[in-house]
Formats: sequence, structure tokens, C-alpha cells
Amino acid sequence: MIKPLTGNYAAAWGARLARVGVVSAYPITPQTTIVEKLAEFIERGEMDARIIRVESEHSALSAAWGAALGGVRAFTATASHGLLYMHEMLWWAAGSRIPLVMAVVTRTIGPPWNIWTDHSDIMGQRDTGWLIMMSEHNQEVLDSIIQMFKISEDPKVFLPGIVGLDGFILSHTTEPVDIPDQDVVDRFLPERRQPYILKPGDPLIMGNIPSDLRDNVKMRWDIHRSQERAKGVIRDVDREWAKLTGRSYGGLVERYRCDNAKYHIIGMGAWVGDMKEAVDILRDMGYGIGLVKVRYVRPFPGEEIAETLASSKGVIVFDRSVSPGSAGPLYLDVLSHAYIHGVRVPIQNVLAGIAGIDVGYDDIIGGVTMFINALEEGRWPLPSKIQWYFGGGEWWP
Amino acid sequence: MVLAAYNIGLWAQAFPFFGAERRGAPVTAFARIGKVRIRTRSMIRNPDVVVILDPQLLKSTDVLKGLKNGGKIVINSPSATGTGLGNYIIYYVDATKIALDLNLVLAGWPLVNTAILGALAKAINIPIGAVEDAVTAYLGGRGGDVNALAARKAYNEVRVIEH
Repeated sequence: MIKPLTGNYAAAWGARLARVGVVSAYPITPQTTIVEKLAEFIERGEMDARIIRVESEHSALSAAWGAALGGVRAFTATASHGLLYMHEMLWWAAGSRIPLVMAVVTRTIGPPWNIWTDHSDIMGQRDTGWLIMMSEHNQEVLDSIIQMFKISEDPKVFLPGIVGLDGFILSHTTEPVDIPDQDVVDRFLPERRQPYILKPGDPLIMGNIPSDLRDNVKMRWDIHRSQERAKGVIRDVDREWAKLTGRSYGGLVERYRCDNAKYHIIGMGAWVGDMKEAVDILRDMGYGIGLVKVRYVRPFPGEEIAETLASSKGVIVFDRSVSPGSAGPLYLDVLSHAYIHGVRVPIQNVLAGIAGIDVGYDDIIGGVTMFINALEEGRWPLPSKIQWYFGGGEWWP
Repeated sequence: MVLAAYNIGLWAQAFPFFGAERRGAPVTAFARIGKVRIRTRSMIRNPDVVVILDPQLLKSTDVLKGLKNGGKIVINSPSATGTGLGNYIIYYVDATKIALDLNLVLAGWPLVNTAILGALAKAINIPIGAVEDAVTAYLGGRGGDVNALAARKAYNEVRVIEH
């Protein structure tokens, strides 16, 4: 059934179709309409779930985590300052190895107060142990929430996962979305699996001070290994979903017009749509360019990216957030994994769309042509390998 | 309008732009309609059509900024005065009166947005039946019927001026 849905309603539909049993809810712009829609589904009796209204985001994740520990499929959603407030609980949820899914509607972090999208909030969670992905459009939001439950609950993984969607440019954008039939999702998503269930009368201890610190480091090591194992699970789940619905997103990355590409753009999130437009136009202008859309930032698809970049003559990584004093986080991961796999190629970082600055395909074309022209004329880096874009054609080193 | 366009085989996308504004403050929203999936998500800088829900905005905001030469203006106004002398096609309809006549009022504010959809449908050649179906499906119940009627009335009453 195809219906026009906002990104937030697509997220709510994903949780509903995954037969989530507990939703914890605390409002924050631009996430609020996800939990509002879920409350509406539950109130109408269309979804067999309980909703827990809490007093903060720290409690929102604690409540969802508690429900998941108790053996039920649980879901919550947040954004920006709310995600920062629950940051501590992200570590507890990942460290407990309990499957759980959360939607993060990306939004700038203050000061100053700002409700528009950038990726500072979601990129700030990279080290928690959660699986983290970003969506390009509303269909991908719905599909990814269902997929994330399957990935999260796979015994090779047993880690919680975040499905990210850009605030407003997805969350509040209405566009046609195919809502799969419940029986299709039921065939795809098995009964919930988790490593243990917390039950009254059956106590267990989790997370106490270790008597041997090696037990602690083994837990972190095992999270890292499970992230690596998740790569295969993510690819398998994508293929299985494609068989049922005809929709494949490529697993960890999507390569767009990369065949015979001389140069590559790398990006993540809703503006990848504009990057695809830009690639088509640049191809028509005679530039041999391709795009690597990063879907999963954790686990990071280092192998796929290095393989694609091995034959590249130049790469431009667009980041929608920055680690001040270093560079854009996506750029840093691309650089590192290219280096790890022995790939040596000029890699330019563009910090754009930060604080919700509007970026369209014309802005992307401007940046890409500037970079390629500088490379071909031997002027790169011009003037810096890390360039800021303030919008309206304004570039700063 | 996204729903109406989709129902006649087109792709569409709509999104709002607002900050801390509350009811009554000027806000902007965008829509794109096309034959294939729309991938761009940026704000629309050079629209084909500008829809103006309150003629007072002409005095306070440059609402026609970026409008393409030969573009269309759809305005809630009893007359076409004040819309400038540019090379535009102007569609005007008194959506406020339509809303008041149908008692589409909330907290003292006439709700003109469904009526203006009828005028917009005329301007961009979307069949009014598709708009009525979309409004009825979206709002449901008696509210859906009254709002669909508002769109139909605006579609019938809208007047066109080509400079």
C-alpha cells in the first residue's frame, strides 16, 4: 500500500510493522511526531503495545532498555540535545548486548538553539557500540527500522541499533512510501532473540565492577568483533528484504554510477539525493564521477570504500558535522580505512550543511568542480584539504 | 497536493520551513511535483509557482523572490492588486470568504489552506476531483467533506490575469 508519509510517520510505521511491544516517549523537535503517531496507533488498537511516558530522554532510553531486557521488542526516538542527554544510557544498552532499536532524527546541537539538521548528534554516538545508519529517503527509513530489528536481534550481533533520518528534510517531508503488508514483515522478521532475559525470581548481575579488568576489555573487544560480524548480517538482511519487496539499498554502502568513475563523492543522509542529481548533471557535463553513499557509519564499511577508491583519482567527502580541532568524522573514517587498506588517493573534506545550512545539488556541483579543476590543474589542495561551505557559494579554509 | 498528485500517477514531495513560529506568524512551505522520483531536498530557490495564503505578506515579505519569469502566483485575495507588474500569471480567489462561509474557522482564524489547494489545482492543471479525494482521505469524516467543498469552490471561483 503506497501512501504519502513524512519521514517520521514512516519511522512509526516501521516500528508498528516490526510488532514493537513497548514504546517509551519523550518529545523533542523534530522527533516528536514519531512517538505521537505510535501513541495514536496504540490508542486506536491498531498496534498491540504499551507506551511509557517518561520525564526525560535519559529515562526514555532506560525504559526502552528495561523493556528489552525483559524480553520484548522495544523502541524509542529522539534528537539532538535529547540524544546527548541519553548518551550515558547508550553505553549501558550496548554494553548489556540487548537488541533494541531507536530512531534518531538528526538536528544541530546548541548553542545557539537550532532545530535544523546536521549530523553532530548522531556522529557523537559512534563510540558507544551501537549500530548506526542514516537514511536517504522516507522509504529507506521505514525499511531500515524493520531491518535494524533483524540485524540487532541476530546472535552474531546482539547490539542495539540507531536508524537516523535528517530533521525536516526527511522527518517533516511528505512523499510516497510503500507500506509493506504485515505478513511480509512477519515472514522477514523472526521471533525476538536476545542473549538473556531479565525475569522476576531469576536474578542475574550485569555490569558490576569487574574483579579482573581483562573481563572488561574482553567485553569491549567482543562488541568490536560483533560490529565486524554485523557487516555480513547487514548485507544478508538487505538481500533478503530485496527478495521480499524488490528494494535493495546495497547493505552498508550504495555505489551510484561508480563504473569507470575517475573521481568519487562520498556522503551520508538525505542530501545524498542531491548528490545523485549532481552526479547525473556532472556526468552530462563530461566529469567522470561516481558516488558512494554511506548507509552504515557503524560498522564502518572500510572494505567497500577502499575497494571503490582503489582506482580513484580523487575523492571528496561531504561531512554534515565537524570534530573541531580535527576534521569531519566521515572524512576521518574514509581516510583511515583507505590507509589501512593501502589506498593512496587525494581525499578532500567539505564541511557543509552544518547548522542546517541549505545545500542543494547546485552547491554540490560547485564544490566538486572546484576540487576536480584544482586537481587537474595541479593546484590541489586549494587552499586546504578541509574546506568549509557556509552556503550561497561562500567557501572558507 | 502530494496525495492528489500521487493519485494521478505523479511523484511529489512537500515540506515546511519554520522555526519557533506560532499560529499567525509568516511561515514557508515547499512542494515539488514531477513525473519521476524527486531526489533533491533543498529549499526551492526559483519556484514555478508561488502560493500566498495572506495578501498582507506582500507588504512585509518579498514573497515573489526567485519566481521564474512567466511564473504563476496563486493568491488568497479578493483582487489582484498589489501583486506587481512582473511577467507573471496571477490566480486570485477570496479563500478567506470561502472559509468563513463554510465556517472553517479555528480559534478565530479562517482556515484557508484547503480552499487555496483548489486554486492551485487550477493553476497547475491537477484535476479538482483528485484534490477533493485527497482532502477527503486525509482529513476524513465531515471535516474532510467541508474542506473538499472549500477546494472545489475555490477551483470554480478562481480568476486569472495574464500580464
